[in-house]
Amino acid sequence: MLQLKNISKNFGGLQVLQDVNFNVPQGGIFGLIGPNGAGKTTVFNLITGLLRASGGAIEFDGQDIGKVAPHKITERGIARTFQNIRVFKEMSLLENVVVGMHDHMHYGFGSLLLNLGGFRKIEAQARERALELLSWVRLDHKAQMLADSLSYGEQRKLEFARALATKPKLLLLDEPVAGMNPAEKTELMTEILNIKQRGFSIFMIEHDMRFVMGLCDRIAVLNFGRIIAEGSPDQIKNNPEVIEAYLGKEDAE
Amino acid sequence: MLEQQLINALSLGSVYALFALGFTLVFGVLGVINLSHGAIFMLGSYAALLLVEHLALPLWLAMLAAMLVSGLIGLLVDYLVLKPLRARNAPHLAPMIATIGVATILTSLAQGLFGAENKRFPVGTIPEDSYNWGHLHVTAVQIGIVLISFILMLVLLAVMRRTQLGRALRAIAESPKAAYLLGINVEGLFYLTSFAAAALGGAAGVLVGLSFNAITPFMGQPMLHKGIAVIILGGMGDIRGAMIAGLFLGFAEVLTVAYISSDFRDAVGFGLLFLILLVKPSGMFGKVLERKA
Amino acid sequence: MIELITNMGFMDWWDGFWSTYNTVIFSLGVNAMLALSIYITLSCGLLSLANAAFMGIGAYTAALISMQTGLPFPAALALGGALPALVALVIGIPTLRLSGVYLAMATLGFGEVVRVIVLNMDITGGPLGLNGIPLKTEWWHIVLLLALTLYILARIRRSKIGRAFEAIKEDEVAARLMGINVAGYKLLAFVIGAAIAGVAGGLNAHYTFTIGPGNYAFENAVEILTMAVFGGTSTLIGPTLGGMILTLLPEALRDFNSYRAVVNGLILVLVILYLPKGIWDPRRLRAFFQRKPQTGGNN
Repeated sequence: MLQLKNISKNFGGLQVLQDVNFNVPQGGIFGLIGPNGAGKTTVFNLITGLLRASGGAIEFDGQDIGKVAPHKITERGIARTFQNIRVFKEMSLLENVVVGMHDHMHYGFGSLLLNLGGFRKIEAQARERALELLSWVRLDHKAQMLADSLSYGEQRKLEFARALATKPKLLLLDEPVAGMNPAEKTELMTEILNIKQRGFSIFMIEHDMRFVMGLCDRIAVLNFGRIIAEGSPDQIKNNPEVIEAYLGKEDAE
Repeated sequence: MLEQQLINALSLGSVYALFALGFTLVFGVLGVINLSHGAIFMLGSYAALLLVEHLALPLWLAMLAAMLVSGLIGLLVDYLVLKPLRARNAPHLAPMIATIGVATILTSLAQGLFGAENKRFPVGTIPEDSYNWGHLHVTAVQIGIVLISFILMLVLLAVMRRTQLGRALRAIAESPKAAYLLGINVEGLFYLTSFAAAALGGAAGVLVGLSFNAITPFMGQPMLHKGIAVIILGGMGDIRGAMIAGLFLGFAEVLTVAYISSDFRDAVGFGLLFLILLVKPSGMFGKVLERKA
Repeated sequence: MIELITNMGFMDWWDGFWSTYNTVIFSLGVNAMLALSIYITLSCGLLSLANAAFMGIGAYTAALISMQTGLPFPAALALGGALPALVALVIGIPTLRLSGVYLAMATLGFGEVVRVIVLNMDITGGPLGLNGIPLKTEWWHIVLLLALTLYILARIRRSKIGRAFEAIKEDEVAARLMGINVAGYKLLAFVIGAAIAGVAGGLNAHYTFTIGPGNYAFENAVEILTMAVFGGTSTLIGPTLGGMILTLLPEALRDFNSYRAVVNGLILVLVILYLPKGIWDPRRLRAFFQRKPQTGGNN
């Protein structure tokens, strides 16, 4: 579904990614792990168009998306959450999710101005769907509250709901459990599995090995900008190079 | 004729560069566009004037004292207005809007205290000497301006590049949080930067006051606008860029007045500003600025 | 005062009142519109210091049309709104790609360029400006246009456009990844703001009889900004209220007219520091009123 072919990226003289090749298959959870600074977030930034690759190509559903602008990426079916949660704090939960539907709401300026039927219907439908998405992550009872009032874990779930509102085929999750306690992590694990079961494909960057091993169907390992291994969780767990890359580092907990 | 214009341009450009330096320093280190810089520039000019008028201080001493006064005003503005906003992590427009308010207050106070008319230095304060070199005419004032501006700029550059202090400032410019974690006294250096930048602005004010011998409460505004053009041209936060862009603007203006029309002098800066924003928004020397937290 | 009214008869009193204060009352509406023009740009995180210039372009356009062509007042006003909008479109396209701070600087610069150009053109009367503009503005023009502005902005707020503005204001990157064309929406806000400011300028020109480049300078942009910031930019009521209060304030404090600028500056600083959401902040007001029943107590 998503293919990175020989991707490289340098900033000035700093080579951040090199010869990165992997394939994210459809349906299922794919994980990208690696020590801090390995270049994982850069990969996401390249996919979503916030950065442009210095070399290589990124293909999604067979189409090159290397030059697509960030606000067009959702059109292609890719949605993303952020490591430092970026919900719209001063908007309600419902509004946050409705923003996600921006691209799928089509009405003319006239309809908008005169509060015509078309406008009203589409807005109502959007609100309904937003409420539904919030119910998927069990936040619908807080729909009218401000996003700012949520706990960290809840904000993360809100981000999921909002990303799902863009009707993606592939969901990019950037360190979804960063900064969470074990209870929150377990809950989030369930959420992510739920999302997978609803038919979305998931590509996740994470530090927490146990979380990744428990959740992902396939894993790729990035170290110093290069892919050093790719395979099933068992294969990765026992890969000597991977173990060495993490040697001496306390697992992020 | 051209050479003469170049001399005028050099003098004008040096002052622009000096003014822009303070401006860009604050942006680089504090991450804030301090729109009261023009008002401080103006107050520096008045400070020197008052010191000469009432205390009969020699010019060089008045200038130093004026720099001190400006620096203190800058520090006060930082402490009273910018610091609370920093503490609150206010949105980036807030300090800009607040400093617009400060500029308005300072300008009106100056108007109320000193009146709106042009003030001049007492007769005899400004050296009248000039030198002739073939058909080139250079006044002592111009030489003084260029010398003083360059000395101040080079001192600043030296501090930034070769001292521990400079390294600390550059670290803060890169990322205040990281600098803090490295043990750098970020808040203290913010105060110092505000002080230094204001002092430089005040110095520029004194030099302009001497150069045109017309001090009014409104002289800060056009200077501020030019300063904005200069720092964007040179790359925001880039000191060397501010210097070069300042000189460049000086030349552009003088040549426009000489060969096109004096009506459009003030628009030159902004014309260049738009051009650069279209072509290379990070400025002639700036790198793409995405300041980390 | 009451004696005066009963002696002269209400109509006479009204005529006297009106002839003295009609400019102030008209200005209530015009300044409310100006504050709203900057509100719409602030609502998506843009600080536009060019709105005074846009007001000026609108004023000059409308005035010149009234003075030099036979076109009716509505046409003059419409063009007074359209030309600034067009200019905003042209300068906006390249500059709105920039981030907040560069943008504000660019708009400031633009305002200056307009002022210099107007100062030097013959058709605008140069530094002396235009004199003898026909007094065509009636109170109902202002009420109508202010109401229309409020209506349009309210509709926009409730739609995907308003949501997009708010998302952009909060977090441009996240907004972009929601499929929002950030540059495009900023341009829209900028153009709408310019049109509103232009129409306000046109209305203003036709009751002040004379206009000049000094009316649309940086100080005026600051005044407009102060009105919006003071009133508060979370709702439409804020800027409207802010514009009206700050129009009345100098009148109420006649003696302090010379300190008007200081007051503006102080308001800006104090509001930003202590009342960042302005005086009309629904959340704060709600919290304030919800506290009362509790303090009533079960004594």
